[in-house]
Formats: sequence, structure tokens, C-alpha cells
Amino acid sequence: MTVDLSQFIPSFLEESFEGLELMESGLLNLEAGDNETIHSIFRAAHSIKGGAGTFGFDSVTEFTHLVETLLDEMRDGRREVTSKDTEILLESVDCMRLLIEAARDQEDYDQDKVSKTSARLSETLGEETSADTESKSEIDSSTSGGSGFKITFIPEHSLAKTGNDPIFLFSALAELGDLTLCANTEELPALMDIDAQELYLNWQLTLITEVDKSEIIEIFEWVEDECVLEIEPITNTVDEVGQDNSSENDAPIVNELSIEPQSDNTAIQETVDTPKVAAERPTEDKGKVTNTKAKADLGSIRVGVDKVDSLINLVGELVITQSMLSELGNDFDMTKVERLTSGLEQLLQNTKELQESVMRIRMLPISFAFNRFPRLVHDLAIKTGKEMELVINGEQTELDKTVMEQIGDPLVHLVRNAADHGIESKETRLANGKSEKGTISLDAYHQGGNIVIEIKDDGAGIDRTKVLNKAVDNGLIDANATLTDSQVYDLLFEPGFSTAAEVTDISGRGVGMDVVKRNIQSLGGRIQVESDLGKGSTFKVNLPLTLAILDGQLVKVGSETYIIPLISIVESLQIDNTLINRVSGDMVLYRLRDDNVPVLPIYKMFNLETQCTEIDKALLVVVEADGQKIGLMVDDLLAQQQVVIKSLNDNYQQVAGISGATILGDGSVAMILDIPGMIHMALEQAQRNQRARADGNNSVAAEVCL
Amino acid sequence: MNIQAMAQDIPVEGEHTVEGIDFITSGDQYLTFLLAEEQYAVDILCVEEIRSWEQPTKIPNSPSYIKGVINMRGIIVPIVDLRLKFQIGTASYSETTVVIVLTYQNEGSSRTIGFVVDAVSDVLNVESVDIKPAPAFGGCVGPQYIDGLINSENKVVTVLNVAHLQKIEKHKLQS
Repeated sequence: MTVDLSQFIPSFLEESFEGLELMESGLLNLEAGDNETIHSIFRAAHSIKGGAGTFGFDSVTEFTHLVETLLDEMRDGRREVTSKDTEILLESVDCMRLLIEAARDQEDYDQDKVSKTSARLSETLGEETSADTESKSEIDSSTSGGSGFKITFIPEHSLAKTGNDPIFLFSALAELGDLTLCANTEELPALMDIDAQELYLNWQLTLITEVDKSEIIEIFEWVEDECVLEIEPITNTVDEVGQDNSSENDAPIVNELSIEPQSDNTAIQETVDTPKVAAERPTEDKGKVTNTKAKADLGSIRVGVDKVDSLINLVGELVITQSMLSELGNDFDMTKVERLTSGLEQLLQNTKELQESVMRIRMLPISFAFNRFPRLVHDLAIKTGKEMELVINGEQTELDKTVMEQIGDPLVHLVRNAADHGIESKETRLANGKSEKGTISLDAYHQGGNIVIEIKDDGAGIDRTKVLNKAVDNGLIDANATLTDSQVYDLLFEPGFSTAAEVTDISGRGVGMDVVKRNIQSLGGRIQVESDLGKGSTFKVNLPLTLAILDGQLVKVGSETYIIPLISIVESLQIDNTLINRVSGDMVLYRLRDDNVPVLPIYKMFNLETQCTEIDKALLVVVEADGQKIGLMVDDLLAQQQVVIKSLNDNYQQVAGISGATILGDGSVAMILDIPGMIHMALEQAQRNQRARADGNNSVAAEVCL
Repeated sequence: MNIQAMAQDIPVEGEHTVEGIDFITSGDQYLTFLLAEEQYAVDILCVEEIRSWEQPTKIPNSPSYIKGVINMRGIIVPIVDLRLKFQIGTASYSETTVVIVLTYQNEGSSRTIGFVVDAVSDVLNVESVDIKPAPAFGGCVGPQYIDGLINSENKVVTVLNVAHLQKIEKHKLQS
């Protein structure tokens, strides 16, 4: 599958710069014990690392990994937050910005500063804790230089046909030390003559490493017979690398080639990108600081001509209707009422169509979000040494652009988790009677007014007991609490929760899942987990199609009108007095067939005055969110209509229990209820009350003991 | 007519006055308004519009001085009653009660909030040197809200800091 990742680089850059800003401001305000801030800094770093990994900005990934390790120690309380550390971290943020900018502009950067800072980072990590020695040595080897080998690798044209991809060889080599590549494109025929299955490139590699020559030969073992291979030891590396500059001229040619769908497409692109970055290192120009090159990138959208055409047609019709109506208004009398009504009807029609059309402009096929995954899974497969394939379905499903932008990161997390934790190693899979190759599937489809994205793997599944034990260890739940499956899976979304035995580059730090859930919730969506131990797990993400418009039920409470999103309403009903139960003190339950639904009076939650305080006179709107049903007590049900969501944040701030506001037909403002938020509010309220009551009980108990 | 002649015809700032209307001569302009008997002023460049009072939509569980939000041409604008916020006078709402809508631009983001006051009174032209610091004998209005004092005839006008007025709103509510 051909994926042009470069189209996503701008959005990654945008996100990264935002993340860096967040880190910086967080660090500046950081005080000891301020865990929330450390968490958010850590998350930002983690996202940048993840993104950089996807796009192959290795310098960024490497550096950020160090930063992240340091932050992780702070987060776990293994390291105290000192001003010195904060200073280093701030400097690291600068370096990360430099590196990302360099990657963006494909230019060189102040390598001195970066290596100094990374040395300081590893020093800080090493001096107090047994830090991540692996990454430390990585940095050491890259900064200290040392002996190495110059490898000439001229594969036969048919190499790719035998299933050997040079990129695997190179990534294996890169693990041994600091690898510099230079692709020779001389043999490359004209575009017309290219056979997509042939391999026309050959490479000059410079590997700075301490390992033995035999280890390098071992890597080339499988392709030995199909290539010309020369391995010469070198001692002084600088001259060698300087040669690489010549490759820069060739690079664009190869880059253009990557348009051609070709099996080893990604391989070529990568091998070209890597020498570019590397080649620039020795030709470092200190006067050239790239931070002035801030490219302002306003969000843009690519729209099909047909969509624009239909929009223009509609506007044309609207203009005709308008002129008809204004002509009618010039000398109006009662005989023309009929024409007026039909004109107004036409206007209504036009407006509706126009609205739909404009909405469609914002809709993009979800393949924009999915396209980055084949590469991600491919890389993860190499990194983890597992075999896996990715199956994508429904990539033409359309989704609002804003939703799409924000769902990308959570999906990356979920796919990584599936690859890292879900899919088992080859041996385990065979032992369990499964096929060698694990499958991760991404499905997108519409369901009602929602889009559903499923991330499914046929891996190990979630071990309920393991999760429970971990939760007990972390003090999240009581040791003898009984939880339903869905409650257990919900624990996975707690901050800092990870069942992975060891922290890897890919995942396992327990960051992510809480962010995933929060991001999805902030989009008005929800996430469900299904798992079958030994067979695999499914993460189901449910998202609204658009953030701008919502189908709502207008309800009246006192003098205020509120809007309940239609999607969360289960049913609305007249209260039947006999089905009301007051239980466990002050809780009011309504028996809805087999369910007992807690009743929440809106007027109480929002401190409103209303005549309608008697439960049997009110109406009950049963809503559902996060698998929890509640009954909202309202005075009256009004119309159902589509409302345009306006943010309260712009001029005010987030309000608990309210997701936004809208303007009704009469020009007044009505609040849109945030159902999960209201449930959360009610739960908090209940817990507060319980705590207050429990405190009272405790003191009584104490007295009895005395 | 040649260009130089045209240029001479263009009035130089400060020369131009029409009877009954004060044009900007120099300094900044301030919109003054009344809270009970006291005069207050804000930078006129921040004033978006002056509206008559209308009943806003309540925001659940908000402090008493946040009256709610209104629809101003499709923008949701919160309404703050300055009399309640500064505890000056009594908050009564009549036909003559006005809302001054202020927009404050800050690094690309802007925030629009409406403030309920008793009445709008005048526009003052003030040189920045004529704005005197306020003595630090605290009244109801916190010192962070006050930019300074202006002497206008025999009255004293308090110049309010719009940036702080808008900003503090947010922090206070979050706590």
C-alpha cells in the first residue's frame, strides 16, 4: 500500500509546536508536587515523540525520549523537581524546537547545542537514578564518534522480488551504531521505463560503531548472494561523511519517484531522507539559526470542485428566491399571500440545502486519518519483532475535519497499544493455535448520526485479573471490590495505569489511554472496550459526525430553556407515581422496565426556581452516557430542532454540566446540556454527601468504641 | 488641481472642529459611565457597543454578578453586573439600565463581555499625563482594576483597566 506520509507532516508540526508551547509554559509554572502540570508536560513530550517516530524524524524521537525519561521520573516521584532540572528541561524544549524546525525546513541545526543538552540530560538521568541506559548509550555513541565501517552495498535489481527490503537491513544496521546513508541513483532509468518491482538503487553506508565486522556481515547474510558487498573499516569518519553532500543533488530526483506506486517505495524515500539529515551535520553553519523561519500555516481544507459547484448553484437559487420575495414585498396585498407562503417555503428549502452543502465541505473521508497507520504498523512490527498486518475498512466514511484532526492522536495510541500489548509474539501465537501473523483491523462506519471507528486486534486480549491486581496495587480500587467487565476495562483509562511489564519505546508508560479517553470525550464521543481473553480486544470509538450542529430536544425548566442532545436521549415519559422508589436514604429511583434509573431534578442541580418541584407533576427525560442511565426531571418538553453549537469558552469559560450554547429562533440564548458532565456532577455531589455522612458515622463509631 | 494643492486641502488633525462636536484633538478618549453616584471610565477603543438591558439567559451555578449570556449578532456574550461585582449601589434593572459591551484584544485572541452600569455619561479627551495614580486607600474596587484617576471639572473619574476587568473574571470563576 502506498502512503504519502508527507501530507500529514504539516499537521504534525502544528501539533508539535503547540505541544512545545504547552511544555514550556508548564515548565515555567512548575512547582514541586504539581503533578497535574508534570502530567501535561509529559503528555506533550510523549505526543511529539510518537508523531516524530511516525514521520521518521529520528533525531527528534531520540532526543525527546531522553526528555520523556526524565519527566517520567518526576511524574512517578522518583525524582524531585529542582530548578536545575527544570532549567535543563527548558533547554531541551528549545532543542526539540530546533530539531523539529530543522526537520521541517530540511536544514541543519545547531548540533553543538543539541548534543550538549542531550549530554546534560543523560548526565542528569545517570547521576541520581539508574536511568534508561539504553538511550544513554545511544547518545554517547552518536556524540563520541569512534571507529566504524564504510559499506558499499550494490544489490541486484531483482533483490526486492525475493522479499528482501533494504530498509530492514538499514534499520538493523542503525541499531548497531550511528548510520549514515547515501543512495546512488545513477542506475535509475527514466520514469517511463521503471519496473515497479525492480530495485535500481545502491548505497554507500557509513556506520560508526564499536561492533565487530562479523556482526555487520551477519545482517547482510540473507542478501549476500544477490548483491555486491564491500565492508571496509575506517577510523576517521569526518571525511567520509563529507562525501555525502553529493547525494543531496540526487535526492530530489528520487523523491519525485515516490509518486510511482512501488513496493519498496517507502524504502527509497527513507533512504533519501536519512542521508540528507546526516549529510548536513558536518557542514554545520553556526550563523544560520532557523528559528526565524516560522511558517504561518492557517488551517486549510481541500474541497472537491463538485462540492463547490453545488454550493454555487444553491447560492444562485437563494438569490432568485430573495429577489422574488423582495419583489413581492414591494407592493404587497392580501391576494399575494399564497405566493408569499410558497416563496418562504422555497427559502426554507434553500437554506436547508445550503446548510447541508456547507457542512459537506467540512467533511473529509476518514482515510486522511487512517493513511498514516500502515506505516506505523509496519514500523511497529519491525520494532517489536512481531508479525502483524493491518486491515482497513470503510476509509471512505466521511467525517468533519475538526473531529478528524483531533481523533488522529487517540487512534495512534490505540493502534500502538494493539501492536505492542495486543498482538503476541510469533511463538506464543503458534503455541496458542493461532496463525503466525497478527491482524489489527481498523473499521469505520456510520451508525445513526454517529461515526464508529473500531480498532480490533486478534491478540491476547485483556487479562481481567491482571488489570484488577494492578488497580489494587495502584490503590485505584479496593482489593475485594466486585466489578463488571466494562468497569474493569474502564480502569485502563485511568492516568498512569499500565499493565505492561516493561517500558518500551512504543508504549507501556501508562500515558495515553487517559488522554485518549479525554480527547474522545471532549469531541462528544465515547469509547467502549470489548475483550475476549486469548482471542483479542476491540476498542470502539463513537463520534458525532460534526461538532457544529446537533439535533436537540428543547426542554423547559422554570423560566429557562435547555437543550438535551437527541443522541443521548433514551426516552421521555410521563412519571408514573407508582414506579417511584425512594431508597438508601435520599436517592430517588424510577423503575423503567427492568432498570432502576436515578432521578436528577435539573432545577436542583442548577439552582433554578421553578413551580414544578413535585416529582409526579414533572416529566422525565431518560438519558444515557458512559453506560449510565439517568432520568432528568424537567417541567415540559418543547420542540425538537437542529441547533448550531456556540462555544461558551470564547468569551466566558467552561461551565459544569453545560457543553455550549445556541441561539433559538426568537434570538434568545439557550444552554446545551452536557449529559456525561451532568452525570459526573451528580456523582461528585453524591460522593460529597456520602463522605460527609461517613465522617459523621465514623465519629459515632469512635464514640461507641470509647 | 495638482497633488500639492490637494494635499493642502486635507485637514490636519486638530484643526478641524464643527460646532457642537469635539473631534480628537490630542490624547486618548474615554467613555465615562455611572455606577450609583460615582463616575468611571474605560478606553473608548475597547467599547464594542452600548445596549439597553435585556434579560439574559442564566448560566447555571455562576456567581451572582454574572447575570448570564446574551446573543449579540450570533456571538454569545456574558453579562457582568459591575454594581454587584464592585458592590456599589443597588442593582436594579429598568428601561434606562445600559450594558456596555467591551472587547479586549490580547495576542490574537479577543474576549467580549458586557458590563451592566447605571448610565453612560460622556466621552472625555485625556492626555496620558493627566491620568493620576489612585491613592492606595482601598475602596470596594480592587487596585488591580484601576488604571488611575482623571479630574474632570470638579469630579473625579476612575479609569478602569479593561484587560484586568476581562481577565480576572475568568480566574475568579474557576476557583
